[in-house]
Amino acid sequence: MRRSKTGEPSELDLLAIFCLLPSFLYVMVMFVYPFLYGIYLSVHPLKADGFSLANYIAFFTDQYQYKTVGITFRIAVPNTIMVVAVSLLFAYNMRRGIWMERTITTILVLPISLGVVLLAQGILGFYGGKGWFNQFLLGSGLLEEPLVLTHNFIGVMLSLFMQQFPFCFLMLLGYISGIDPSIENSARTLGANPWIVFQRVMLPLIAPGLAMAFALVFILSFGTFASAIMLGQPAGATRTIAIAAYAQAFEMFDMPYASAIAVIMGLFQLAGLLVIILLRRRMVMAATMGVGKR
Amino acid sequence: MRGRMWGLAIYVFVLGFILNLLGIVSHVMVSAFAKRWFGTPFPRSLTTEWFRYAWTEFGLAQVLGVTIFIALTVVALTLLIGFPAAYILARRNFRWKPVLLLLYFLPILIPQMTYGIPLATTMFRYGIGGSVVAVILAVMVPMVPLAIFILMPFFEQTSIHLEWGAAMMGASRLQIFRRILLPLTMPGLLTAGILVLVNTVSNFELCFLVSGAGSQTLVVALFYNVFAGGVRPVYSVDAMAVMYMTMVMILLIIALRFVRPTQMVFRLDQPKR
Repeated sequence: MRRSKTGEPSELDLLAIFCLLPSFLYVMVMFVYPFLYGIYLSVHPLKADGFSLANYIAFFTDQYQYKTVGITFRIAVPNTIMVVAVSLLFAYNMRRGIWMERTITTILVLPISLGVVLLAQGILGFYGGKGWFNQFLLGSGLLEEPLVLTHNFIGVMLSLFMQQFPFCFLMLLGYISGIDPSIENSARTLGANPWIVFQRVMLPLIAPGLAMAFALVFILSFGTFASAIMLGQPAGATRTIAIAAYAQAFEMFDMPYASAIAVIMGLFQLAGLLVIILLRRRMVMAATMGVGKR
Repeated sequence: MRGRMWGLAIYVFVLGFILNLLGIVSHVMVSAFAKRWFGTPFPRSLTTEWFRYAWTEFGLAQVLGVTIFIALTVVALTLLIGFPAAYILARRNFRWKPVLLLLYFLPILIPQMTYGIPLATTMFRYGIGGSVVAVILAVMVPMVPLAIFILMPFFEQTSIHLEWGAAMMGASRLQIFRRILLPLTMPGLLTAGILVLVNTVSNFELCFLVSGAGSQTLVVALFYNVFAGGVRPVYSVDAMAVMYMTMVMILLIIALRFVRPTQMVFRLDQPKR
Protein backbone atom coordinates (compact mmCIF):
# COMPACT_ATOMS: atom_id res chain seq x y z
CA MET A 1 0.00 0.00 0.00
CA ARG A 2 1.41 3.33 -0.94
CA ARG A 3 2.18 5.43 2.10
CA SER A 4 3.97 8.36 0.59
CA LYS A 5 3.33 11.44 -1.51
CA THR A 6 5.96 13.11 -3.58
CA GLY A 7 7.64 15.79 -1.51
CA GLU A 8 6.94 14.34 1.92
CA PRO A 9 9.68 12.51 3.73
CA SER A 10 8.92 8.81 3.68
CA GLU A 11 10.51 5.56 4.53
CA LEU A 12 12.02 3.17 2.10
CA ASP A 13 9.46 0.43 1.93
CA LEU A 14 10.05 -2.95 0.41
CA LEU A 15 8.99 -1.84 -3.04
CA ALA A 16 11.44 1.08 -3.00
CA ILE A 17 14.31 -1.11 -1.96
CA PHE A 18 13.43 -3.71 -4.56
CA CYS A 19 13.39 -1.05 -7.26
CA LEU A 20 16.60 0.64 -6.22
CA LEU A 21 18.64 -2.42 -5.41
CA PRO A 22 19.70 -3.54 -8.90
CA SER A 23 21.06 -0.16 -9.98
CA PHE A 24 22.54 0.57 -6.58
CA LEU A 25 24.32 -2.76 -6.48
CA TYR A 26 25.46 -2.24 -10.03
CA VAL A 27 27.09 1.10 -9.31
CA MET A 28 28.66 -0.28 -6.13
CA VAL A 29 30.03 -3.43 -7.72
CA MET A 30 31.04 -2.05 -11.11
CA PHE A 31 32.13 1.45 -10.15
CA VAL A 32 32.93 1.87 -6.47
CA TYR A 33 34.55 -1.53 -5.96
CA PRO A 34 36.96 -1.30 -8.95
CA PHE A 35 37.84 2.21 -7.81
CA LEU A 36 38.65 1.01 -4.31
CA TYR A 37 40.39 -2.05 -5.68
CA GLY A 38 42.52 0.21 -7.87
CA ILE A 39 43.54 2.30 -4.88
CA TYR A 40 44.32 -0.86 -2.91
CA LEU A 41 46.32 -2.24 -5.81
CA SER A 42 48.28 0.95 -6.22
CA VAL A 43 49.77 0.61 -2.75
CA HIS A 44 50.62 -3.07 -3.20
CA PRO A 45 53.28 -2.93 -5.90
CA LEU A 46 54.28 -5.92 -7.95
CA LYS A 47 57.78 -6.08 -6.58
CA ALA A 48 57.05 -5.48 -2.91
CA ASP A 49 55.19 -7.46 -0.30
CA GLY A 50 52.36 -5.67 1.42
CA PHE A 51 51.70 -1.99 1.75
CA SER A 52 54.14 0.28 0.00
CA LEU A 53 54.08 3.67 -1.66
CA ALA A 54 56.77 2.54 -4.07
CA ASN A 55 54.56 3.09 -7.13
CA TYR A 56 53.86 6.68 -6.21
CA ILE A 57 57.48 7.34 -5.40
CA ALA A 58 58.49 5.72 -8.68
CA PHE A 59 56.11 7.97 -10.57
CA PHE A 60 57.37 11.18 -9.06
CA THR A 61 61.03 10.27 -9.37
CA ASP A 62 60.91 9.03 -12.95
CA GLN A 63 61.20 12.06 -15.16
CA TYR A 64 59.54 10.30 -18.10
CA GLN A 65 56.52 9.77 -15.89
CA TYR A 66 56.11 12.88 -13.80
CA LYS A 67 56.71 15.00 -16.87
CA THR A 68 53.29 13.81 -18.02
CA VAL A 69 51.60 15.86 -15.30
CA GLY A 70 53.14 19.04 -16.62
CA ILE A 71 52.32 18.07 -20.20
CA THR A 72 48.74 17.33 -19.30
CA PHE A 73 48.37 20.63 -17.48
CA ARG A 74 49.91 22.44 -20.42
CA ILE A 75 47.24 20.88 -22.62
CA ALA A 76 44.29 21.05 -20.26
CA VAL A 77 44.59 24.57 -18.86
CA PRO A 78 44.97 26.56 -22.11
CA ASN A 79 42.31 24.44 -23.73
CA THR A 80 39.90 25.02 -20.86
CA ILE A 81 40.52 28.77 -20.84
CA MET A 82 40.06 29.00 -24.60
CA VAL A 83 36.95 26.86 -24.70
CA VAL A 84 35.24 28.64 -21.83
CA ALA A 85 36.24 32.12 -22.97
CA VAL A 86 35.05 31.58 -26.54
CA SER A 87 31.90 29.80 -25.35
CA LEU A 88 31.12 32.65 -22.97
CA LEU A 89 31.72 35.23 -25.66
CA PHE A 90 29.31 33.60 -28.04
CA ALA A 91 26.76 32.35 -25.56
CA TYR A 92 26.53 35.82 -24.04
CA ASN A 93 26.02 37.52 -27.38
CA MET A 94 23.48 34.94 -28.45
CA ARG A 95 21.52 34.99 -25.26
CA ARG A 96 18.51 36.69 -26.80
CA GLY A 97 18.11 33.93 -29.31
CA ILE A 98 19.95 33.46 -32.54
CA TRP A 99 18.94 33.16 -36.13
CA MET A 100 18.63 29.54 -37.19
CA GLU A 101 19.15 28.42 -33.63
CA ARG A 102 17.78 24.93 -34.12
CA THR A 103 20.04 24.30 -37.10
CA ILE A 104 23.12 25.59 -35.41
CA THR A 105 22.57 23.64 -32.21
CA THR A 106 21.90 20.49 -34.22
CA ILE A 107 25.14 20.89 -36.13
CA LEU A 108 27.00 21.57 -32.91
CA VAL A 109 25.78 18.29 -31.44
CA LEU A 110 27.59 16.46 -34.25
CA PRO A 111 31.14 16.65 -32.85
CA ILE A 112 29.91 15.50 -29.48
CA SER A 113 28.10 12.47 -30.84
CA LEU A 114 30.53 11.47 -33.56
CA GLY A 115 33.25 11.16 -31.01
CA VAL A 116 36.94 11.72 -30.80
CA VAL A 117 38.13 8.94 -33.10
CA LEU A 118 36.21 10.12 -36.12
CA LEU A 119 37.06 13.77 -35.51
CA ALA A 120 40.72 12.92 -35.16
CA GLN A 121 40.74 10.96 -38.40
CA GLY A 122 39.05 13.84 -40.13
CA ILE A 123 41.45 16.41 -38.70
CA LEU A 124 44.39 14.27 -39.82
CA GLY A 125 43.05 14.42 -43.33
CA PHE A 126 41.65 17.95 -43.51
CA TYR A 127 44.46 19.72 -41.67
CA GLY A 128 47.20 17.39 -42.84
CA GLY A 129 50.07 18.41 -45.03
CA LYS A 130 48.15 17.66 -48.19
CA GLY A 131 44.69 18.29 -46.83
CA TRP A 132 42.17 20.85 -48.03
CA PHE A 133 43.16 23.46 -45.45
CA ASN A 134 46.79 23.59 -46.49
CA GLN A 135 45.87 23.25 -50.15
CA PHE A 136 43.68 26.32 -49.77
CA LEU A 137 46.37 28.30 -47.99
CA LEU A 138 49.05 27.38 -50.51
CA GLY A 139 46.82 27.60 -53.54
CA SER A 140 45.52 31.05 -52.71
CA GLY A 141 49.06 32.27 -52.15
CA LEU A 142 48.58 33.08 -48.47
CA LEU A 143 51.45 30.86 -47.42
CA GLU A 144 54.60 29.45 -48.96
CA GLU A 145 54.98 26.39 -46.78
CA PRO A 146 52.22 24.15 -45.47
CA LEU A 147 51.32 24.59 -41.83
CA VAL A 148 52.18 21.58 -39.67
CA LEU A 149 48.98 21.15 -37.73
CA THR A 150 48.90 17.44 -37.01
CA HIS A 151 51.02 15.06 -34.96
CA ASN A 152 51.88 17.85 -32.63
CA PHE A 153 50.57 19.97 -29.77
CA ILE A 154 48.44 22.07 -32.11
CA GLY A 155 46.64 19.05 -33.47
CA VAL A 156 45.68 17.92 -29.99
CA MET A 157 44.43 21.38 -29.08
CA LEU A 158 42.42 21.55 -32.27
CA SER A 159 40.75 18.26 -31.58
CA LEU A 160 40.00 19.07 -27.95
CA PHE A 161 38.58 22.46 -28.85
CA MET A 162 36.34 20.97 -31.52
CA GLN A 163 34.91 18.43 -29.12
CA GLN A 164 34.46 20.65 -26.11
CA PHE A 165 33.45 23.99 -27.55
CA PRO A 166 29.98 22.74 -28.67
CA PHE A 167 29.42 21.11 -25.31
CA CYS A 168 30.51 24.15 -23.29
CA PHE A 169 28.76 26.60 -25.61
CA LEU A 170 25.41 24.80 -25.43
CA MET A 171 25.73 24.52 -21.68
CA LEU A 172 26.49 28.21 -21.16
CA LEU A 173 23.89 29.29 -23.70
CA GLY A 174 21.21 27.45 -21.77
CA TYR A 175 22.41 28.94 -18.52
CA ILE A 176 22.70 32.52 -19.68
CA SER A 177 19.41 32.42 -21.55
CA GLY A 178 17.76 31.48 -18.30
CA ILE A 179 18.75 34.68 -16.57
CA ASP A 180 15.79 37.01 -16.32
CA PRO A 181 16.17 39.58 -19.11
CA SER A 182 14.39 42.21 -17.06
CA ILE A 183 17.44 42.48 -14.82
CA GLU A 184 19.52 43.48 -17.77
CA ASN A 185 16.83 45.74 -19.14
CA SER A 186 16.55 47.56 -15.83
CA ALA A 187 20.27 48.18 -15.82
CA ARG A 188 20.13 49.56 -19.34
CA THR A 189 17.17 51.75 -18.47
CA LEU A 190 19.10 53.17 -15.57
CA GLY A 191 21.81 54.26 -17.97
CA ALA A 192 24.43 51.53 -17.97
CA ASN A 193 26.16 50.84 -21.25
CA PRO A 194 26.47 47.23 -22.48
CA TRP A 195 29.98 46.80 -21.15
CA ILE A 196 29.01 47.98 -17.64
CA VAL A 197 25.97 45.74 -17.78
CA PHE A 198 28.15 42.77 -18.59
CA GLN A 199 30.80 43.56 -16.05
CA ARG A 200 28.72 44.54 -13.06
CA VAL A 201 25.33 42.94 -13.59
CA MET A 202 25.56 39.86 -15.78
CA LEU A 203 28.98 38.52 -14.92
CA PRO A 204 28.22 38.04 -11.23
CA LEU A 205 25.03 36.24 -12.22
CA ILE A 206 26.83 34.05 -14.73
CA ALA A 207 29.76 33.33 -12.39
CA PRO A 208 28.46 30.07 -10.85
CA GLY A 209 27.64 28.59 -14.23
CA LEU A 210 30.96 29.77 -15.54
CA ALA A 211 32.83 28.14 -12.67
CA MET A 212 30.96 24.91 -13.28
CA ALA A 213 31.70 25.00 -16.98
CA PHE A 214 35.35 25.67 -16.25
CA ALA A 215 35.54 22.73 -13.86
CA LEU A 216 33.74 20.36 -16.23
CA VAL A 217 35.88 21.22 -19.23
CA PHE A 218 39.03 20.99 -17.13
CA ILE A 219 38.10 17.55 -15.83
CA LEU A 220 37.39 16.33 -19.34
CA SER A 221 40.55 17.84 -20.81
CA PHE A 222 42.77 16.48 -18.09
CA GLY A 223 41.91 12.92 -19.02
CA THR A 224 42.58 13.34 -22.70
CA PHE A 225 43.77 10.13 -24.24
CA ALA A 226 42.68 9.40 -27.78
CA SER A 227 43.32 12.93 -29.05
CA ALA A 228 46.84 12.93 -27.66
CA ILE A 229 47.58 9.60 -29.32
CA MET A 230 46.05 10.20 -32.71
CA LEU A 231 46.93 13.83 -33.25
CA GLY A 232 49.94 14.36 -31.04
CA GLN A 233 53.18 12.66 -30.21
CA PRO A 234 52.20 10.02 -27.68
CA ALA A 235 55.78 9.07 -26.93
CA GLY A 236 57.00 12.59 -26.51
CA ALA A 237 55.59 16.06 -26.51
CA THR A 238 51.98 15.13 -25.86
CA ARG A 239 52.37 12.15 -23.58
CA THR A 240 49.50 12.84 -21.22
CA ILE A 241 49.04 11.19 -17.86
CA ALA A 242 46.24 9.03 -19.25
CA ILE A 243 48.64 7.64 -21.84
CA ALA A 244 51.16 6.92 -19.08
CA ALA A 245 48.54 5.01 -17.11
CA TYR A 246 47.44 3.07 -20.17
CA ALA A 247 51.02 2.21 -21.10
CA GLN A 248 51.72 0.80 -17.65
CA ALA A 249 48.58 -1.32 -17.74
CA PHE A 250 48.61 -2.69 -21.25
CA GLU A 251 52.18 -2.43 -22.42
CA MET A 252 54.15 -3.07 -19.26
CA PHE A 253 51.39 -5.13 -17.63
CA ASP A 254 52.17 -3.48 -14.31
CA MET A 255 48.63 -3.09 -13.04
CA PRO A 256 49.52 -1.70 -9.59
CA TYR A 257 51.67 1.02 -11.11
CA ALA A 258 48.97 1.82 -13.67
CA SER A 259 46.42 2.05 -10.89
CA ALA A 260 48.69 4.44 -9.02
CA ILE A 261 48.93 6.68 -12.07
CA ALA A 262 45.16 6.54 -12.49
CA VAL A 263 44.77 7.56 -8.84
CA ILE A 264 47.13 10.48 -9.32
CA MET A 265 45.20 11.54 -12.40
CA GLY A 266 41.97 11.19 -10.47
CA LEU A 267 43.26 13.38 -7.65
CA PHE A 268 43.89 16.26 -10.02
CA GLN A 269 40.44 15.86 -11.46
CA LEU A 270 39.08 15.69 -7.92
CA ALA A 271 40.01 19.33 -7.47
CA GLY A 272 37.69 20.16 -10.33
CA LEU A 273 35.12 17.73 -9.01
CA LEU A 274 35.00 19.51 -5.66
CA VAL A 275 34.15 22.77 -7.38
CA ILE A 276 31.24 21.06 -9.07
CA ILE A 277 29.97 19.33 -5.94
CA LEU A 278 30.04 22.60 -4.06
CA LEU A 279 27.99 24.18 -6.82
CA ARG A 280 25.89 21.05 -7.22
CA ARG A 281 22.60 22.59 -6.34
CA ARG A 282 22.83 24.66 -9.50
CA MET A 283 22.98 21.65 -11.72
CA VAL A 284 20.09 19.98 -13.44
CA MET A 285 20.65 16.49 -14.70
CA ALA A 286 19.13 16.79 -18.09
CA ALA A 287 19.81 14.27 -20.83
CA THR A 288 23.55 14.16 -21.09
CA MET A 289 25.40 13.54 -24.24
CA GLY A 290 28.99 12.92 -25.06
CA VAL A 291 29.59 11.04 -21.88
CA GLY A 292 33.32 11.02 -21.49
CA LYS A 293 34.51 11.28 -25.08
CA ARG A 294 37.44 13.50 -25.82
CA MET B 1 27.32 50.15 -34.70
CA ARG B 2 29.60 48.21 -32.42
CA GLY B 3 26.75 45.87 -31.70
CA ARG B 4 26.44 45.15 -35.40
CA MET B 5 30.17 44.44 -35.63
CA TRP B 6 29.96 42.00 -32.76
CA GLY B 7 27.01 40.28 -34.32
CA LEU B 8 28.82 39.96 -37.61
CA ALA B 9 31.97 38.63 -35.96
CA ILE B 10 29.93 36.01 -34.16
CA TYR B 11 28.24 34.78 -37.27
CA VAL B 12 31.57 34.66 -39.07
CA PHE B 13 33.03 32.53 -36.32
CA VAL B 14 30.04 30.21 -36.13
CA LEU B 15 30.13 29.92 -39.91
CA GLY B 16 33.85 29.20 -39.75
CA PHE B 17 33.37 26.56 -37.12
CA ILE B 18 30.61 24.86 -39.07
CA LEU B 19 32.62 24.98 -42.30
CA ASN B 20 35.54 23.53 -40.39
CA LEU B 21 33.37 20.70 -39.14
CA LEU B 22 31.84 20.04 -42.55
CA GLY B 23 35.28 20.12 -44.09
CA ILE B 24 36.61 17.55 -41.70
CA VAL B 25 33.66 15.23 -42.14
CA SER B 26 33.49 15.53 -45.91
CA HIS B 27 37.23 15.03 -46.25
CA VAL B 28 36.76 11.62 -44.67
CA MET B 29 33.87 10.89 -47.01
CA VAL B 30 35.66 11.94 -50.17
CA SER B 31 38.76 9.99 -49.19
CA ALA B 32 36.68 6.86 -48.66
CA PHE B 33 35.49 7.02 -52.25
CA ALA B 34 38.82 8.00 -53.81
CA LYS B 35 40.84 5.61 -55.88
CA ARG B 36 44.04 7.48 -55.15
CA TRP B 37 44.23 10.99 -53.76
CA PHE B 38 47.29 13.01 -53.03
CA GLY B 39 47.64 16.75 -53.05
CA THR B 40 44.79 17.66 -55.36
CA PRO B 41 41.55 19.31 -54.31
CA PHE B 42 39.58 16.32 -55.49
CA PRO B 43 40.59 12.76 -56.30
CA ARG B 44 41.01 11.99 -59.99
CA SER B 45 38.79 8.93 -59.92
CA LEU B 46 36.28 7.51 -57.52
CA THR B 47 35.63 3.95 -56.49
CA THR B 48 33.81 1.89 -53.95
CA GLU B 49 36.45 -0.79 -53.75
CA TRP B 50 37.79 0.47 -50.44
CA PHE B 51 34.51 -0.38 -48.75
CA ARG B 52 34.79 -3.95 -49.91
CA TYR B 53 38.45 -3.98 -48.90
CA ALA B 54 37.66 -2.64 -45.44
CA TRP B 55 34.79 -5.07 -45.03
CA THR B 56 36.95 -8.11 -45.64
CA GLU B 57 40.33 -6.94 -44.34
CA PHE B 58 39.03 -5.51 -41.09
CA GLY B 59 36.50 -8.28 -40.49
CA LEU B 60 33.74 -5.71 -40.34
CA ALA B 61 30.93 -8.22 -40.45
CA GLN B 62 32.03 -9.56 -37.11
CA VAL B 63 32.78 -6.13 -35.68
CA LEU B 64 29.41 -4.76 -36.71
CA GLY B 65 27.66 -7.79 -35.30
CA VAL B 66 29.43 -7.38 -31.99
CA THR B 67 28.69 -3.66 -31.91
CA ILE B 68 24.98 -4.11 -32.56
CA PHE B 69 24.72 -6.95 -30.08
CA ILE B 70 26.49 -4.96 -27.37
CA ALA B 71 24.45 -1.83 -28.07
CA LEU B 72 21.08 -3.57 -27.92
CA THR B 73 22.00 -5.57 -24.83
CA VAL B 74 23.21 -2.47 -23.04
CA VAL B 75 20.01 -0.59 -23.87
CA ALA B 76 17.80 -3.44 -22.71
CA LEU B 77 19.63 -4.07 -19.44
CA THR B 78 20.08 -0.38 -18.69
CA LEU B 79 16.40 0.38 -19.11
CA LEU B 80 15.50 -2.70 -17.12
CA ILE B 81 17.41 -1.68 -14.03
CA GLY B 82 17.13 2.06 -14.54
CA PHE B 83 13.36 2.27 -14.90
CA PRO B 84 12.43 1.11 -11.37
CA ALA B 85 15.21 3.17 -9.82
CA ALA B 86 14.07 6.31 -11.62
CA TYR B 87 10.51 5.64 -10.49
CA ILE B 88 11.44 5.48 -6.83
CA LEU B 89 13.86 8.41 -7.02
CA ALA B 90 11.23 10.56 -8.67
CA ARG B 91 8.42 9.65 -6.31
CA ARG B 92 9.95 9.17 -2.91
CA ASN B 93 12.01 11.24 -0.54
CA PHE B 94 14.25 9.69 2.02
CA ARG B 95 17.18 10.70 4.13
CA TRP B 96 19.95 9.36 1.91
CA LYS B 97 18.45 10.48 -1.35
CA PRO B 98 20.96 13.30 -2.07
CA VAL B 99 23.84 10.94 -1.36
CA LEU B 100 22.35 8.31 -3.64
CA LEU B 101 21.84 10.84 -6.41
CA LEU B 102 25.44 11.97 -6.08
CA LEU B 103 26.60 8.35 -6.19
CA TYR B 104 24.66 7.82 -9.40
CA PHE B 105 26.04 11.03 -10.82
CA LEU B 106 29.69 10.10 -10.30
CA PRO B 107 30.11 7.68 -13.24
CA ILE B 108 28.81 10.38 -15.56
CA LEU B 109 30.96 13.10 -14.07
CA ILE B 110 34.25 11.32 -13.56
CA PRO B 111 35.99 10.83 -16.92
CA GLN B 112 35.93 7.32 -18.24
CA MET B 113 39.68 7.08 -18.43
CA THR B 114 40.04 7.61 -14.67
CA TYR B 115 37.75 4.81 -13.57
CA GLY B 116 38.20 2.76 -16.72
CA ILE B 117 41.71 1.67 -15.86
CA PRO B 118 40.82 0.30 -12.41
CA LEU B 119 37.71 -1.23 -13.96
CA ALA B 120 39.72 -2.95 -16.66
CA THR B 121 42.23 -4.12 -14.06
CA THR B 122 39.45 -5.63 -11.96
CA MET B 123 37.88 -7.32 -14.96
CA PHE B 124 41.12 -8.86 -16.11
CA ARG B 125 41.83 -10.05 -12.61
CA TYR B 126 38.48 -11.83 -12.46
CA GLY B 127 39.09 -13.36 -15.84
CA ILE B 128 36.35 -11.68 -17.82
CA GLY B 129 38.54 -8.99 -19.33
CA GLY B 130 38.53 -8.83 -23.11
CA SER B 131 35.18 -10.52 -23.56
CA VAL B 132 31.93 -9.18 -24.96
CA VAL B 133 30.43 -9.51 -21.48
CA ALA B 134 33.14 -7.25 -20.14
CA VAL B 135 32.39 -4.57 -22.70
CA ILE B 136 28.67 -4.75 -21.98
CA LEU B 137 29.24 -4.48 -18.23
CA ALA B 138 31.75 -1.67 -18.60
CA VAL B 139 29.65 0.48 -20.92
CA MET B 140 26.66 0.08 -18.64
CA VAL B 141 28.50 1.83 -15.80
CA PRO B 142 27.91 5.36 -17.09
CA MET B 143 24.76 4.38 -18.97
CA VAL B 144 22.66 3.24 -16.01
CA PRO B 145 22.93 6.63 -14.23
CA LEU B 146 22.36 8.36 -17.54
CA ALA B 147 19.14 6.45 -18.11
CA ILE B 148 18.01 7.14 -14.55
CA PHE B 149 18.57 10.87 -14.86
CA ILE B 150 16.77 10.97 -18.20
CA LEU B 151 13.80 8.99 -16.90
CA MET B 152 13.32 10.85 -13.63
CA PRO B 153 11.73 13.99 -15.12
CA PHE B 154 9.28 11.84 -17.03
CA PHE B 155 8.10 10.20 -13.83
CA GLU B 156 7.87 13.55 -12.13
CA GLN B 157 5.57 14.70 -14.88
CA THR B 158 3.25 11.72 -14.44
CA SER B 159 0.87 12.56 -11.68
CA ILE B 160 0.71 10.08 -8.85
CA HIS B 161 -3.01 10.68 -8.62
CA LEU B 162 -3.42 8.58 -11.72
CA GLU B 163 -1.93 5.65 -9.88
CA TRP B 164 -4.03 6.29 -6.78
CA GLY B 165 -7.16 6.57 -8.85
CA ALA B 166 -6.43 3.27 -10.51
CA ALA B 167 -5.67 1.64 -7.17
CA MET B 168 -8.95 2.95 -5.82
CA MET B 169 -10.71 1.41 -8.78
CA GLY B 170 -9.24 -1.94 -7.79
CA ALA B 171 -6.25 -2.22 -10.07
CA SER B 172 -3.40 -4.38 -8.83
CA ARG B 173 0.17 -3.15 -8.84
CA LEU B 174 0.91 -5.06 -11.97
CA GLN B 175 -2.09 -3.59 -13.73
CA ILE B 176 -1.11 -0.09 -12.68
CA PHE B 177 2.35 -0.68 -14.05
CA ARG B 178 1.23 -2.22 -17.30
CA ARG B 179 -1.72 0.01 -18.17
CA ILE B 180 -0.88 3.36 -16.62
CA LEU B 181 2.82 3.82 -15.89
CA LEU B 182 4.25 2.11 -18.92
CA PRO B 183 2.16 3.89 -21.60
CA LEU B 184 2.61 7.29 -19.98
CA THR B 185 6.35 6.99 -19.60
CA MET B 186 6.91 5.48 -23.03
CA PRO B 187 8.32 8.78 -24.40
CA GLY B 188 10.82 8.74 -21.54
CA LEU B 189 11.79 5.16 -22.27
CA LEU B 190 12.24 5.98 -25.94
CA THR B 191 14.34 9.05 -25.15
CA ALA B 192 16.49 7.18 -22.67
CA GLY B 193 16.80 4.20 -24.96
CA ILE B 194 17.92 6.13 -27.99
CA LEU B 195 20.38 8.28 -26.06
CA VAL B 196 21.89 5.23 -24.39
CA LEU B 197 22.10 3.62 -27.82
CA VAL B 198 23.95 6.54 -29.40
CA ASN B 199 26.27 6.86 -26.42
CA THR B 200 27.04 3.14 -26.45
CA VAL B 201 27.82 2.98 -30.16
CA SER B 202 30.14 5.96 -29.93
CA ASN B 203 31.68 5.07 -26.58
CA PHE B 204 35.39 4.76 -26.99
CA GLU B 205 37.44 4.81 -23.84
CA LEU B 206 35.64 2.17 -21.78
CA CYS B 207 35.26 -0.18 -24.73
CA PHE B 208 38.88 0.35 -25.65
CA LEU B 209 40.16 -0.47 -22.19
CA VAL B 210 38.20 -3.66 -21.59
CA SER B 211 37.82 -5.17 -25.03
CA GLY B 212 39.87 -7.91 -26.55
CA ALA B 213 40.35 -9.30 -30.02
CA GLY B 214 36.84 -10.55 -30.56
CA SER B 215 34.92 -7.94 -28.66
CA GLN B 216 35.90 -4.67 -30.28
CA THR B 217 33.17 -2.28 -31.23
CA LEU B 218 33.30 -0.32 -34.45
CA VAL B 219 34.94 2.74 -32.91
CA VAL B 220 37.63 0.72 -31.20
CA ALA B 221 38.42 -1.18 -34.38
CA LEU B 222 38.52 2.14 -36.22
CA PHE B 223 40.96 3.53 -33.69
CA TYR B 224 43.30 0.57 -34.01
CA ASN B 225 43.30 0.93 -37.76
CA VAL B 226 43.92 4.67 -37.68
CA PHE B 227 46.68 4.31 -35.17
CA ALA B 228 48.17 1.38 -37.03
CA GLY B 229 49.47 4.12 -39.28
CA GLY B 230 50.70 3.42 -42.71
CA VAL B 231 50.09 -0.29 -42.75
CA ARG B 232 46.56 0.15 -43.99
CA PRO B 233 45.75 2.42 -46.94
CA VAL B 234 44.17 5.52 -45.52
CA TYR B 235 41.23 5.24 -47.95
CA SER B 236 40.14 1.96 -46.42
CA VAL B 237 40.35 3.43 -42.92
CA ASP B 238 38.26 6.35 -44.12
CA ALA B 239 35.79 3.90 -45.65
CA MET B 240 35.44 2.30 -42.26
CA ALA B 241 35.06 5.73 -40.70
CA VAL B 242 32.26 6.51 -43.16
CA MET B 243 30.45 3.35 -42.15
CA TYR B 244 30.76 4.30 -38.50
CA MET B 245 29.65 7.83 -39.24
CA THR B 246 26.60 6.63 -41.16
CA MET B 247 25.57 4.46 -38.26
CA VAL B 248 25.86 7.28 -35.74
CA MET B 249 24.15 9.79 -38.02
CA ILE B 250 21.17 7.52 -38.51
CA LEU B 251 20.86 7.04 -34.77
CA LEU B 252 21.29 10.76 -34.23
CA ILE B 253 18.54 11.61 -36.72
CA ILE B 254 16.21 9.22 -34.93
CA ALA B 255 17.24 10.66 -31.58
CA LEU B 256 16.61 14.24 -32.65
CA ARG B 257 12.99 13.38 -33.39
CA PHE B 258 12.53 12.83 -29.68
CA VAL B 259 15.08 15.07 -28.05
CA ARG B 260 16.10 18.68 -28.58
CA PRO B 261 19.82 19.21 -29.17
CA THR B 262 20.18 21.32 -26.03
CA GLN B 263 18.75 18.49 -23.97
CA MET B 264 21.67 16.35 -24.99
CA VAL B 265 24.12 18.39 -22.99
CA PHE B 266 24.48 19.00 -19.29
CA ARG B 267 22.05 21.69 -18.32
CA LEU B 268 23.01 24.04 -15.57
CA ASP B 269 20.18 25.23 -13.40
CA GLN B 270 19.03 28.82 -13.45
CA PRO B 271 20.15 31.09 -10.64
CA LYS B 272 17.52 31.17 -7.94
CA ARG B 273 16.13 34.52 -6.93
